[in-house]
Amino acid sequence: MGYRKIRGVTPPGQYFLQGDEACAEGAVAAGCRFFAGYPITPASEVMEHIVRRFKDCDGVFVQMEDEIGSIAAMIGASWAGAKPMTSTSGPGLSLMMENIGYAAMTETPLVIVDIQRAGPSTGQATRPGSGDMLQVKYGSHGDYEIIALSPWSVQEIYDMTIRAFNLAERFRVPVFVLSDEGVGHLRENVTVEQEVTVFERDKAPGQPPFHTDEPGGVPPMPCFGDGEKLLVTGSTHDPFGYRKTQVSEVHERLVSRLVGKIRNRADEIVDTDSYFLDDGPDVLLVAYGITARAALSAAKVLRDEGQKVGLLRLRTIWPFPERVVVESAQKCKEVVVPELNQGQICREIERLLDRDVISLPQTNGETMKPTKIIEFVRERAVTQP
Amino acid sequence: MSKHLYKYLRTEVFPTPFCSGCGHGILMGAILRAIDELGYDMDGMLFVSGIGCGAWIPSPHFAADTLHVTHGRPVAFATGAKLFKPSLKVVVISGDGDIASIGGNHLIHAARRDIDLTIICANNGIYGMTGGQVAASTPLGMRTSTTPDGNRERPFDLCKLVEAAGGTYVSRYSVHQVKPLIRSIQRGLEHTGLSFIEVLSPCPTQFGRRNVSGTAFEMLQTLKEDCVSRQKAETMGSEELKYKIVTGEFVTS
Repeated sequence: MGYRKIRGVTPPGQYFLQGDEACAEGAVAAGCRFFAGYPITPASEVMEHIVRRFKDCDGVFVQMEDEIGSIAAMIGASWAGAKPMTSTSGPGLSLMMENIGYAAMTETPLVIVDIQRAGPSTGQATRPGSGDMLQVKYGSHGDYEIIALSPWSVQEIYDMTIRAFNLAERFRVPVFVLSDEGVGHLRENVTVEQEVTVFERDKAPGQPPFHTDEPGGVPPMPCFGDGEKLLVTGSTHDPFGYRKTQVSEVHERLVSRLVGKIRNRADEIVDTDSYFLDDGPDVLLVAYGITARAALSAAKVLRDEGQKVGLLRLRTIWPFPERVVVESAQKCKEVVVPELNQGQICREIERLLDRDVISLPQTNGETMKPTKIIEFVRERAVTQP
Repeated sequence: MSKHLYKYLRTEVFPTPFCSGCGHGILMGAILRAIDELGYDMDGMLFVSGIGCGAWIPSPHFAADTLHVTHGRPVAFATGAKLFKPSLKVVVISGDGDIASIGGNHLIHAARRDIDLTIICANNGIYGMTGGQVAASTPLGMRTSTTPDGNRERPFDLCKLVEAAGGTYVSRYSVHQVKPLIRSIQRGLEHTGLSFIEVLSPCPTQFGRRNVSGTAFEMLQTLKEDCVSRQKAETMGSEELKYKIVTGEFVTS
């Protein structure tokens, strides 16, 4: 149990892969041996690639009748001992919402890959968007926490998928690889290492699977068939899983722990990357996913022009990198958030900083061009007092 | 419940939440007797159920692994557990609203896949837990809290549905036919592939009191009179069968 190094199933070396394929490779490397999915553009290639890879490593694949069935089958498999994954996009994610809440409530580890496309509704199925940033956190009813990671390259979707499985097992929580069509359909080189660090579930027979004395702790998780006579329910439950739907204290304690186990350990989860922040830039760009690539290009061009522009790249979206965002923004005159939605993460940053934050939204189904950011910063951001 | 079955139960949660006269307790006993007679080890069994009165038959009562899931989805959850760990004996026990209405899609696809699950559908013809609303299994003309003038929609024939979708063991019994019901549950458990057992179970609280079905005992009597065996039904005309429920094994391949 816990973190350990294993030999990867893919021979080490350089591979030229599509983002969706690299995601599937990362999953197999992390020990994923169960995948339930349903076809959807632009995420189907994750499923198709993992079907090919499961032949070499005895993985179990099922194409379910819909996305509700996919996530349900994953939760069943997770309790049977699997590290399960599915891949989807906006419409499928919407269908999964009820069972995402169930997974959070029952503390079931699973990884959901969301290759975001331009919504709402059917929208533009083949084109990129970042419209699900808030939905992954708030889409299911009630209070809970999830983890969401945002890759900007094919290498990173490989690495982050491995990390997603480790975080799911470590915290017993649904983890999202919150990517986009831009990265999902991009082709780049990926370096696969010989060794992979994986997290193995703590089974701890006889211990309560839904409680730990450690405040905000993560209890051990036995499997079906281990003789533990597990009681798993989405209803409010006590430490051993007995339904306690009429006891206020049990509900309060349970929900507080579900939220606390992620919030209290945000520092262990949160991961960011920064460029040109050392000289206290006037303009701070905060970006993630495919848009962060445009933001980095823009920052370089603007710096060549003599403007002090820096970039904070969010590799973790949820829990939100609050401390880093606040610290990075402290000495900047302006904070600009370019993103492929109408300001979803901008609003989150605005909540943290007691000041105006400039949103640079784009919802036209295209990746953002560096020139758009460059022109915006030239005209708007630096000219403001 | 007979004392010799206590070893299969979490008796600390007794009494069960079922209303007096509910047929689900008889079904619970029939399932445990079937398991007892087969000599199964409950530690190798997983019981999956959704939302509703029928879903409470296994959870939390059965001293085995139980997975009590979202409304309509137990068949899909069970599919994942069974596929990843085929050594588990996976049984779905839930109501008609759960399995045949909100979860109808998962039911027909499980039958199409012929996955090795046993699905026991406790059919009381109504949404009992939520206050007696009309179900996809409510007979024509019956009054419910959402059909005060009588149900005008035809009910599903669940056995025909599962048979058409490809289920390889399909049967229907009422809780009044306890011995054939136990035998059928045993056959379902022993069957490799998708087995579906529809169990007619009276709901005096929500169904009976709205439809002048009398006491719980009288509801059972009515159920006894309404049910005819498959063999007998073959000798009856369609007019005679109009208000009858055909019981027995429909698919045993």
